[in-house]
Amino acid sequence: MIHPIPPGTRDVLPDEMRELRKLHLALIEVFESNGYGEVATPAIEYDDVLARGGGRTADSAYRFFDESGDLLALRSDMTVPIARLVASRYAEAEPPLRLCYLANAFRAVRPQRGQMREFAQAGVELIGAPAPAGTAEVVEVLEAALAAAGLDRAVIGLGDADLFRQLLTELGVEGEARESVLGRLATHDLVGLEAELSQAGIDDEHVATCVTLSQLRGGREVLEQARALGGTAVERATARIGETFEALEERGAADRVRIDLGLLRNLGYYSGAILEVYDPALGHVLGGGGRYDRLLKRFGLDLPAAGFALYLERVHVAQMEEESRRAEP
Amino acid sequence: MSVEVAGMGQAKAEGPLKLAVPRGALFGETLDTLDAAGIDTSAARGESRSLIFAGSEISLVTMRPSDVPTYVEAGAADVGITGKDVLLEQSDRMVYELLDLGFGRCRMVLAGRVGDERLGESQRRLGMMRIATKYPRIAERHFESTGRQAEVIEVKGSVELAPLIGLADGIVDLVATGRTLAENDLEVREEIVECTARFVANRVAHKLRAEEVDALTSKLREATGQ
Repeated sequence: MIHPIPPGTRDVLPDEMRELRKLHLALIEVFESNGYGEVATPAIEYDDVLARGGGRTADSAYRFFDESGDLLALRSDMTVPIARLVASRYAEAEPPLRLCYLANAFRAVRPQRGQMREFAQAGVELIGAPAPAGTAEVVEVLEAALAAAGLDRAVIGLGDADLFRQLLTELGVEGEARESVLGRLATHDLVGLEAELSQAGIDDEHVATCVTLSQLRGGREVLEQARALGGTAVERATARIGETFEALEERGAADRVRIDLGLLRNLGYYSGAILEVYDPALGHVLGGGGRYDRLLKRFGLDLPAAGFALYLERVHVAQMEEESRRAEP
Repeated sequence: MSVEVAGMGQAKAEGPLKLAVPRGALFGETLDTLDAAGIDTSAARGESRSLIFAGSEISLVTMRPSDVPTYVEAGAADVGITGKDVLLEQSDRMVYELLDLGFGRCRMVLAGRVGDERLGESQRRLGMMRIATKYPRIAERHFESTGRQAEVIEVKGSVELAPLIGLADGIVDLVATGRTLAENDLEVREEIVECTARFVANRVAHKLRAEEVDALTSKLREATGQ
């Protein structure tokens, strides 16, 4: 008899589990050896607690009532639950706090390879360490994690979540128009972006500036190219990225990092530096992260923070692809 | 081919860039545009039944237009060309839309039988219209965003048939010249959106093969005068 399971979920059998376990252990070993202690939190939380995280994370796809009528939700990532944990359990602790996790989270996506509704994430949260040193430390741990997973071709994109928010404020794009422009930027719909900006009354020159900025990616030289476009928002964002990049260079951890001014993760809580991880063997993003200096405040503890999460199953797919590539003559 | 992470963290991916090319109505103009951009398409123009035409810098991979977002999202193709109608219908596919290529211009419309009041009558008396279409999501979004209710019926083949024999009150379909509509005694009632061919990219390819993707984008921009 075949008994169904919901779409986007799956069983893991021993051969795969053995490999996943090996990957688990390798990642946690990297995190622990860098001073990050592993924590676990419940898969279900009160909906209004998760909703404090704001933005897209607030709309967890799976909600239900418990026996006393309280609305519960399945977590859609670990950053918000850990912000809740830190505010509740470590309010008096001396920062910085270093925590890591390996846990399942849930999102309503269209199920396909590397894109499941229930998925495992492995990541770290560094709480109480401001930019740029805190960001650089997180990137360094991320690099060590990628090395431990054997993904020697992986690349880390480094952008700034506030660049376009501040640029749009500077250009006077507010309200609904602002949200739709940011939406176009997040999905990288350049045709729609031009149309939305023109509709918001932005002149052609500034429309071109926005489009050009969103396409600037590469080494340090893109910061110069961006500054040439002018404006306070650009000046500030490139200064922030530049500081982070310098901090990375000092640690000798800038080799895999590519600056990408078009990065815009669609999770609402990011501020400042944002990160995305790619491997040439896989068409999907392997993971991401960045700074969320205003998130802890929403839980009553005003501390800067940064972190990243890797999608475990995708890292596993990339591992296999890289292995078979290396095996080719 | 060996691959190394250079000083600036630029991984160089191996092999030519894979470009998904739509067969069907957009095929000819897509190849013309690629030629104008300096990409050799002679192999794809022949009688060959092959699906892949390898080049030194760019390989052409031919497929149904509606499959282009699928291949590009997964990264099986790095970049691709397809109609905006396809992108709108599959708006949950995560691909970067980099350029409006301007050709393949057509309109997504709501059409009904000439002189027939069924659309309005169903709306007024039954509270909803029955609409046959190959684009159920575009149709649903259109009626929802204009505050009307519709029963959207998905069909795969000649959608013009549906209102003629009573499956639906009207259709939502793509119209280029309007000849097919006229031949089937149908007329445009509302224009929903104008569609042209678009150049799209996989998000990882857009980052890791930035130079090649940008170079191709600007060549296509020049070739199409957009």
